[in-house]
Amino acid sequence: MTDAPADAVSAAPPTLEIAGQTLRCAGAWTLDGADRLAPAVGAAAAARDVTVLDGSGITRLDTAGAMLLLQIAADRGAGGPDWQGLAPEDAALLDLVRGRLAAGGERPPAVRPPSFVARVGEHTWAHLEQVVGFLAFLGEAATAFARLLRDPRRLRWRAVLNAIDDAGADALPIVGLLSFLIGVVVAYQGGQLLKTYGATIFIVEMVTLTMVREMAPLIVAIIVAGRTGSAYTAQIGTMQVTEEVDALRTIGIHPMDLLVLPKVMGLLVALPLLTLFADVLGVFGGMLVAWWLLDFGLVEFAERVPDVLSWRSLLVGIGKAPVFAVIIGLVGSFQGFQVRGGADSVGRQTTVSVVQSIFLVIIVDAILVVNFGSWGLR
Amino acid sequence: MSADDVIEIRGLSTRFGSLLVHDGLDLDVRRGEVAALVGGSGSGKTTLLREIIMLLAPSGGSIRLFGEELLGIGEAAALGLRRRFGVLFQMGALFSSLTVLENVMVPLQEHTDLPPAWLREVAALKIALAGLPAHAADKLPRELSGGMLKRASLARALALDPELLFLDEPTAGLDPLSAGALDELVLQLKESLGLTILMVTHDLDSLWRTTDRVAFLGERRVIGHAPMRELVRSPHPLIRDYFDCPRAQAAGVAYRAA
Repeated sequence: MTDAPADAVSAAPPTLEIAGQTLRCAGAWTLDGADRLAPAVGAAAAARDVTVLDGSGITRLDTAGAMLLLQIAADRGAGGPDWQGLAPEDAALLDLVRGRLAAGGERPPAVRPPSFVARVGEHTWAHLEQVVGFLAFLGEAATAFARLLRDPRRLRWRAVLNAIDDAGADALPIVGLLSFLIGVVVAYQGGQLLKTYGATIFIVEMVTLTMVREMAPLIVAIIVAGRTGSAYTAQIGTMQVTEEVDALRTIGIHPMDLLVLPKVMGLLVALPLLTLFADVLGVFGGMLVAWWLLDFGLVEFAERVPDVLSWRSLLVGIGKAPVFAVIIGLVGSFQGFQVRGGADSVGRQTTVSVVQSIFLVIIVDAILVVNFGSWGLR
Repeated sequence: MSADDVIEIRGLSTRFGSLLVHDGLDLDVRRGEVAALVGGSGSGKTTLLREIIMLLAPSGGSIRLFGEELLGIGEAAALGLRRRFGVLFQMGALFSSLTVLENVMVPLQEHTDLPPAWLREVAALKIALAGLPAHAADKLPRELSGGMLKRASLARALALDPELLFLDEPTAGLDPLSAGALDELVLQLKESLGLTILMVTHDLDSLWRTTDRVAFLGERRVIGHAPMRELVRSPHPLIRDYFDCPRAQAAGVAYRAA
């Protein structure tokens, strides 16, 4: 390629030849040609009667080549083999490599991978630690919140408003589109069935109650967990890596006050509003399907909605949103603080954050739905 | 171009929007020398380094690396050149999810066909060459101290037996003892491996101890290019200011006396 002309001569492939008690090495003993030597080096290292290593034919030697020569020469008894014909700079390189390898010491044997039982134990322990860590985090957040209640001037309004803007206003298009489509799907699936029973009038109940009580809060929580919860984890995690979190602490700003509470409070405002927005768009989607598929008048549908939808149902649906907001905000921040080390850890914790918040949202939703009945909120 | 020049820069200009960083900059680095780039903050040292290692395209002029023009170079030719130099980044830039050994193996796996067992041995050798103990090989970057991180990164830079080594602030953030040891290591590697080295540094001890020639960047050009002994006597006001501060004087006195 662009090698100087002299290099063309010295780039001849490396060779290795056993002649009686002499081992002749020639060509360029460099990293590039080393793979061609693989079989020969094994044979040469096994040839125990070789006592002389002749390097006069070596045109180029680098550290990888020197390492191979030393491998061949290894274990030849006291004093090792006689080196012949090595150029002075090659001999110096050989000495350097030998010296450095000796100075580095032995590498400790590779740790054996832990057994199945040990792995199960490690995982269990890690999960327990996470649970305890999250509980501690929850406590810390609660005390920070109590501190804030005692001295409300400490609230960082700008950060709260930013959080509302990021998590709420910016999410309107996606939340609107998805809940509209969910409304369409619910009405379409249910509409076919109701038609066969001649009970199309109940399409209003079906769409409105499904959307308002269940679908809208869930879909909003899932979108926000994926969109905003993950961003919280990545942001706090990166700040953790670059020691910005530590810097905050030394300046005397509690990371909870600046990084966690404003986010959670922002979500507390944004999520119920987003849920209400999703309610409207979802019911609207169902309304269009009812009109198109079941010849249900749009006005007729709209007029029935208030009769069907009690205040209680509306509150049950929107009331879940603050609970989900706290889950998403706290899990997202907590996982951010769990980041240790570098880039790969940020990615891992972000994944964990999204999975955990969606998981917790659905579990808590199930618990709430079952209990609302016994609390008289059916 | 002289056959002994590894890097030859002519009339280089770099422009970021309306900001002119380099204008008509010339610089040569000879084969086998340890050269350094110095200059005040914002004088474009790191920018120049990034242009030479093909991370940044200059706005105009000519950079020749191993005799090959870098402006408008094709992908294949660039890859061939990249294989011939190693870079030690300022913060180490080790891949955080890989152990030190795996980090050093990355370029080897990418560019050679060695059997896996040899890959590991060559990588272990580079780690030893960089002056790290063998047990450091299985550590993750976050478990290393600052000095060890630099050495591990140096081991990765040396993985392919490069002819040319770029060091970006190699001793920054190190204690004097580690910094001194790293200087010695650089000198030793240059002697025994025949490396050409170009470093960006603010460390005056390093400049006095290791360099053959130092290029001073200022006024968007190289305004002085000479061995330290001569450079400190330069009448140029920027260079005088740089080397006349008490810290620079102290380092200079110690080495000139030696």
